[in-house]
Amino acid sequence: MKFLQRILASVKPNFEKGGRFEKFHPAFEALETFLFVPGQTTAHGVHVRDAMDLKRTMMTVIIALVPTLLFGMWNVGYQHHLAYGMDASLMDNFWFGCWKVLPIIVVSYAAGLGVEFVFSILRGHPVSEGYLVTGLLIPLTLPVTVPLWMVALAAIFCTLLGKEIFGGTGMNFMNPALLARVFLFFAFPAYMSGDIWTDLSPEAGQAIVDGYSGATNLVAFDANYHALPSAGDMFWGFEQGSIGETSTAACLIGALILILSGVGSWQVIVSCFAGALLMGLLLNGMAPADVPNHAMHTPAYYHWLMGGFAFGAVYMATDPVTAAQTERGKWIYGLLIGAFTVVLRVFNPAYPEGMMLSILLLNVFAPLIDHIVVEQHIKKRLNRA
Amino acid sequence: MSVETSTAAAPQEAKKDGLFSKKNRRVLSDPLDDNNPVTVQILGVCSALAVTVQVKPAIIMAIGVTLVTAFSNLIISLIREGIPGRIRMIVQLVVVALLVTLVDQILKAYMFDVSKKLSVFVGLIITNCIVMGRLEAYAMAQKPWPSFLDGVGNGLGYGIILVVVSVIRELFGSGSVMGLKVVPQFLYDLGYVNNGLMMLPPMALFLIGIYIWIQRARNQKLVNVS
Repeated sequence: MKFLQRILASVKPNFEKGGRFEKFHPAFEALETFLFVPGQTTAHGVHVRDAMDLKRTMMTVIIALVPTLLFGMWNVGYQHHLAYGMDASLMDNFWFGCWKVLPIIVVSYAAGLGVEFVFSILRGHPVSEGYLVTGLLIPLTLPVTVPLWMVALAAIFCTLLGKEIFGGTGMNFMNPALLARVFLFFAFPAYMSGDIWTDLSPEAGQAIVDGYSGATNLVAFDANYHALPSAGDMFWGFEQGSIGETSTAACLIGALILILSGVGSWQVIVSCFAGALLMGLLLNGMAPADVPNHAMHTPAYYHWLMGGFAFGAVYMATDPVTAAQTERGKWIYGLLIGAFTVVLRVFNPAYPEGMMLSILLLNVFAPLIDHIVVEQHIKKRLNRA
Repeated sequence: MSVETSTAAAPQEAKKDGLFSKKNRRVLSDPLDDNNPVTVQILGVCSALAVTVQVKPAIIMAIGVTLVTAFSNLIISLIREGIPGRIRMIVQLVVVALLVTLVDQILKAYMFDVSKKLSVFVGLIITNCIVMGRLEAYAMAQKPWPSFLDGVGNGLGYGIILVVVSVIRELFGSGSVMGLKVVPQFLYDLGYVNNGLMMLPPMALFLIGIYIWIQRARNQKLVNVS
């Protein structure tokens, strides 16, 4: 630590006003405050003083993401070896996946932070920490086979049009990571749906097993929900899907970290799950009795376990910038996300995963929800007066 | 552009002001950038989203709109003294509808495939906000020749946006420009893929938004105008 501090102190004059690299001060400042608590205080006005600044908040979310990341890496290897009918040890699976996932993460960070640095130097504001989480969320929402240049393009797109254009971190009205995914989903549909969920890079002397199917559970259940694997498999995450989304268990560990640290809103998480369950039960009640395989018959709690529902509810919907801000608004926001997700999944086979689209939709509606809640509150108070 | 028509309109104006006096040149050139109908006046965005998937229909559409705005401006300006204020909208509509029908019929006669691609959008030039906007804002109060130039300028300003957006959309969406393959095959072999989002209308909106962003970053005068 001392060593790092000395290095930073020795190069600092270069980046100060009048120094050689004055222009790059935002970049230097970002690195310095990333490593150490900033030494200066705000000049005037009253400010909230708390150790929990934006950087620590972001780091907490990243720590909460680690379980899904590790499990995702293992699952990439597991699915790969499963498709080839090979027996692989725990570490074999993990290293295979790690080797496949790391480049995606590196590219995502490099592209997104590149845009952030360019903008902060152009506009002379400090580099914001917002991308730390976004950069990790993007790879976790993508299939492992996605070409790296697409990841870079999506990261640039979401930083530019999702955030910078509105004024940077904290000003965006849509979740940037989901924006990156939705960009890829519509721009390159062939690489975001279909038989792309398992890495099928050839193995010497091995052929893909006969029973292999590239369809995810979300596609399978539209035709016949009986084809779904057991609830246990889906809960732990032994299924195909995007890198980070498969394991509901890992997401719940993350949810625990977020809730205990107070970073994520438990109201949003709980209401998302409740919304999906209620809508699932409603559809169960309305399901046609003469079509026993119809998707509407799917047990309601299956929606918690399939696809990216848990991942979206825990890490995406809780984004403090884009979610509803009022207490009651959070409940409405979460319930609607859950309900829309199930509706999209069941009734629209063209978009197998409804989570992404319903979170984005409710991101747009969040300010309206807040407005209505506040107005209602004012009206109630006026009536009482 | 306006060579063959300028003779028709010239006698109206030639007395005081030179045909291409400084003021008239500004009327023609302002809408190309500083007062662009799409990016500054924010008019005619709907059709800019719809017809910009490929370059060729976009150019045809731009020419069509230019003709309609120019001549409707001219005609309305000629008869502006005689139009009763209460029914001016209806009179304007009749003139615009006449011109749009002419453009539509000409396209159908000579460029049937393009006409099919543009489908209803030629007919919908009549609802293009630029046409009515310029009639109300300019032609009703100005002499015929400046009105005509204003129509040409606004049509071309609209055309510039259409061409810029459509070149980007066709280049990245289908790898071609004007129907000619531009992206070489070896890039596809390396793993390059056409961007499907470019074929969808939202991307046109993004591109126009980025255009506005760049335009206003370059020209501080435009910030906080609209």
